[in-house]
Amino acid sequence: MVDSNSNKNLMIDNLEVIRLEDVGVRYRVPSERITHFKEYAIRWMQRRIRQRDFWALKEISFSIKQGETFGLIGPNGAGKSTTLKLIARVFRPTTGRVVVRGVVAPLLEFGAGFHPELTGSENIYLNGAVMGFTRREMESKFKRIVDFAELGDFIDVPVRTYSSGMQARLGFAVATDIEADILIIDEVLSVGDEGFRRKSFERLEGYRRKGVTTVLVSHSMDTIKEMCDRAVWLDHGQIKMIGESDQVVNAYLDGQ
Amino acid sequence: MQNTDIPPVYDSSKQVSPALDELREIFNYRNLVIQMVRRDIVTRYKRSFLGIAWTMLNPLGTSIILVLVFSNVFGVSTPGYPIYILSGFIAWNFFSQTTNASMVNLIWGGDLLRRIYIPRTIFAVSSVGTGLVNLALALIPLLGIVIVSRIPITPALLFLPIPIICLALFSLGVGLFLSSLAIYFTDVAEMYQIVLMAWFYMSPIIYTDELLPEQLLNLIKIINPMYHLINLFRTPILQGQIPEFSEILISGGWALVSILIGWVVFTRRADEISYRV
Repeated sequence: MVDSNSNKNLMIDNLEVIRLEDVGVRYRVPSERITHFKEYAIRWMQRRIRQRDFWALKEISFSIKQGETFGLIGPNGAGKSTTLKLIARVFRPTTGRVVVRGVVAPLLEFGAGFHPELTGSENIYLNGAVMGFTRREMESKFKRIVDFAELGDFIDVPVRTYSSGMQARLGFAVATDIEADILIIDEVLSVGDEGFRRKSFERLEGYRRKGVTTVLVSHSMDTIKEMCDRAVWLDHGQIKMIGESDQVVNAYLDGQ
Repeated sequence: MQNTDIPPVYDSSKQVSPALDELREIFNYRNLVIQMVRRDIVTRYKRSFLGIAWTMLNPLGTSIILVLVFSNVFGVSTPGYPIYILSGFIAWNFFSQTTNASMVNLIWGGDLLRRIYIPRTIFAVSSVGTGLVNLALALIPLLGIVIVSRIPITPALLFLPIPIICLALFSLGVGLFLSSLAIYFTDVAEMYQIVLMAWFYMSPIIYTDELLPEQLLNLIKIINPMYHLINLFRTPILQGQIPEFSEILISGGWALVSILIGWVVFTRRADEISYRV
């Protein structure tokens, strides 16, 4: 999956697929929330616009190797989701450097990318396009997605008529069927019934065997221990600890 | 994408210019543009009785009302007046709808932008795409009326893609510029409705040049790009002539200025969008 030829002009190790170098993310927010232009104009005339800087991440450096399952743990507001968004290219780092090799598939929160008026199959093509795939590429995956999601004839009915379980299955099926190199999972495996969950875990295991790299955020320490090789513990935007997932989870639980 | 042996490499430190990078990305994601246009068209007509016919009937209905009002109440009797109004109205509709849609789609699509990388200009670009499909559909009743009014169909109609491209680029630029404001302030969309209203009456849609005092007309020609863009679109249909070269240059110039400013301003702000919308 990783081509050595493409590596020539890259200074990173062949096996490294994700690398964060001294990364910082700053959100610049007005100290008072001004959402109307009218207000802004008045404040500007009074010279009362102040920006407040908030660093969501500071001096973060780590790398993830191909085929690893990597966990992110920490309290709310520690910067876990921000880190995922850096890898998914949703955010650009304010300082430092992020290098990601390969197609990244973020597991969308269920139903987020769906349009309620479109049918299931129309949504599959739309979601494929969102992830950068052509219609032809999606056609070859279409049947597998429908089968995995267990939707049957519902595939030609508008998504607004689906139950939340059906939407969840369709979302998972689309996101995990795109043969990505890197999979990003943010607290979504808790949805769905037991049978579908087991099926999802099996599919993720299968990807791991094929060398897909997974980055996982979860508040369930059991999930992190069970699935991850290594983990990082984030706190207030900084790395508290990084290492084997068992050790990091234990230290985290002790520290609470 | 995954068929290539070389995996795509993203390196945040390798951003040369936001404006040029965005241009490359939007080209890579052209398939998503097509899917989004498809979605807009399909969802708009899915649950409506007359379906796609609304796109044609809507400007037609409005124009008929305007023609009735202006020829009967105000006594306008310029030959070809119905076509004058309808063509102006179609060009104006394209502009006002696509610029509005660019803003609205970005705000509603923010949900997606927070979860996955897609080129940020995609909402404005696909809004213009949807507008172009609607424009093409609206041309059908327009040509019908041209035939009914016995205005000759001439080869000058083949010139129409040029004014349409100018309109599209101009609207895209304005839409992007407005979008970069709308990220910060929620009332921009509302204020724009008032601006649009004024802009509509400053444009030669329902009135002809002769009805204006000369000073006002000259002022409009200088400050209102839509004056030129609408006439560039109208001349081949109504007069059966290719517009004067100077008019093509003025419209093309405005289109370029608009798209350049809009694209640069928007892409400079683009990285902030995912946590602001």
